[in-house]
Amino acid sequence: MPAARVIARLDVKAPNLVKGIRLEGLRVMGDPRTFARRYYDQGADEILYVDIVASLYGRNSLLDLVRRTAEDVFVPMTVAGGIRSVEDVREALRSGADKVAINTAAVRDPELIRRVAEAFGSQCMVVDIQTKRTGPGQWEAYTDNGRERTGLDALEWAERAVALGAGELLITSVDREGTQRGMELDFLARVTRAVAVPVIACGGVGSPEHVRQAFADAAVDAVAVASILHYGKFSIGEIKAHLAAGEVAVRISA
Amino acid sequence: MSATPAVIVVDYGRGNLFSVCQAVARVGGAPALTADPAAVRQAERVILPGVGAFGDAMAGLASRGLDDGLREFARAGRPLLGVCLGMQLLLEESTEFGRHGGLGLIPGQVDRLPTPAPGGRDKIPNVGWCQLWPSPGGLPWSLSLFARVKPGDFAYFVHSYAVHPADARHRLAEIGFAGMPVAAAIAAEHIAGCQFHPEKSGEVGLAILDAFVNGTP
Repeated sequence: MPAARVIARLDVKAPNLVKGIRLEGLRVMGDPRTFARRYYDQGADEILYVDIVASLYGRNSLLDLVRRTAEDVFVPMTVAGGIRSVEDVREALRSGADKVAINTAAVRDPELIRRVAEAFGSQCMVVDIQTKRTGPGQWEAYTDNGRERTGLDALEWAERAVALGAGELLITSVDREGTQRGMELDFLARVTRAVAVPVIACGGVGSPEHVRQAFADAAVDAVAVASILHYGKFSIGEIKAHLAAGEVAVRISA
Repeated sequence: MSATPAVIVVDYGRGNLFSVCQAVARVGGAPALTADPAAVRQAERVILPGVGAFGDAMAGLASRGLDDGLREFARAGRPLLGVCLGMQLLLEESTEFGRHGGLGLIPGQVDRLPTPAPGGRDKIPNVGWCQLWPSPGGLPWSLSLFARVKPGDFAYFVHSYAVHPADARHRLAEIGFAGMPVAAAIAAEHIAGCQFHPEKSGEVGLAILDAFVNGTP
């Protein structure tokens, strides 16, 4: 059984690491590569780079960042933001990324999920679903960092993405993102019950206990953490120590 | 032997070669990509990476003459490391999408992972960090590329198929999957293979690559 993963999420607005609240109000934090290396040393199981501008310039700059990060970070890297085609995916994988996460382009053209999975394997095709709660027991999928509605029921979209070949889902709660008030456990649990692929939970972590709850109560496979790491509130090591004490099996670095 | 060990990384259009080269450089090796069978025959050390499907990968090797190049290299007794699909290719055959012959450098075959119970945490593909354990009856880790690996250390896996070496002595390490032991690493004298990605397995993976790159041939 694979260990529960703690992923360091780094939102990048080239050339800087930035952090906002509900994906807005961005603050510049510093050089993303320095932060990635720090999280690698702390025992991060994966690095998630998100280009939040998602322009062509931004993507080239992000892939350059991935290449330089691969020089001294030896855990899997996932790249998200602005990936629109099989060719974009090829380029990302060539640059040292192991997986890509796609949101907007997959909503516009769901067959892209199938094409990427067929070309490179489903293990590298992560579908990124940004959600907002729209009513009791109801969540809608959003694109463009939570700015654009899709009209898609988020749970149905998650199931469809997996049927098309997504090997993993990245579920970000726009409502919770950057708030540090805890994760959207209700929706996360619905997703993990509905699909057979790994689910990465993102948005709302304010403490190691919030991370533990996502594993224990929503059965997610991984949690992506940003704010509390960037602001130095907790380290990956502290989060993992809390998980291990709470009987969540994690990789502890020697 | 040169001060910086030269490591030929076989480039047949399959796999994340960039990360493999970065990791080799990190442990002090001089990585060089090649698709030239002559360069493989003359190499000091060879890494055979690979992701994707077995039959397609063997076709990719054969179309470049790399299959025979690798067999000749291996016969010369120099160190060869297969990674992920590159490890599976070392065996005699695979049942992935029909039957396909492999390089046949280590006796045994490649089959789909055992079927996990529905609703459990084991899934196919098996993606993530799994714990490495010594295989009963296998080569002691102290005499292998795993000299600095401790039982229970984690490595990063991405696979749906697994190798079954015919000779238990060729099994070096295993993971538990669906309640069964599944081969994680194999070794037969100068030929070794890792099902996981050492280049993505943190310091544990680097320790294995270090042993391969800087070990005595």
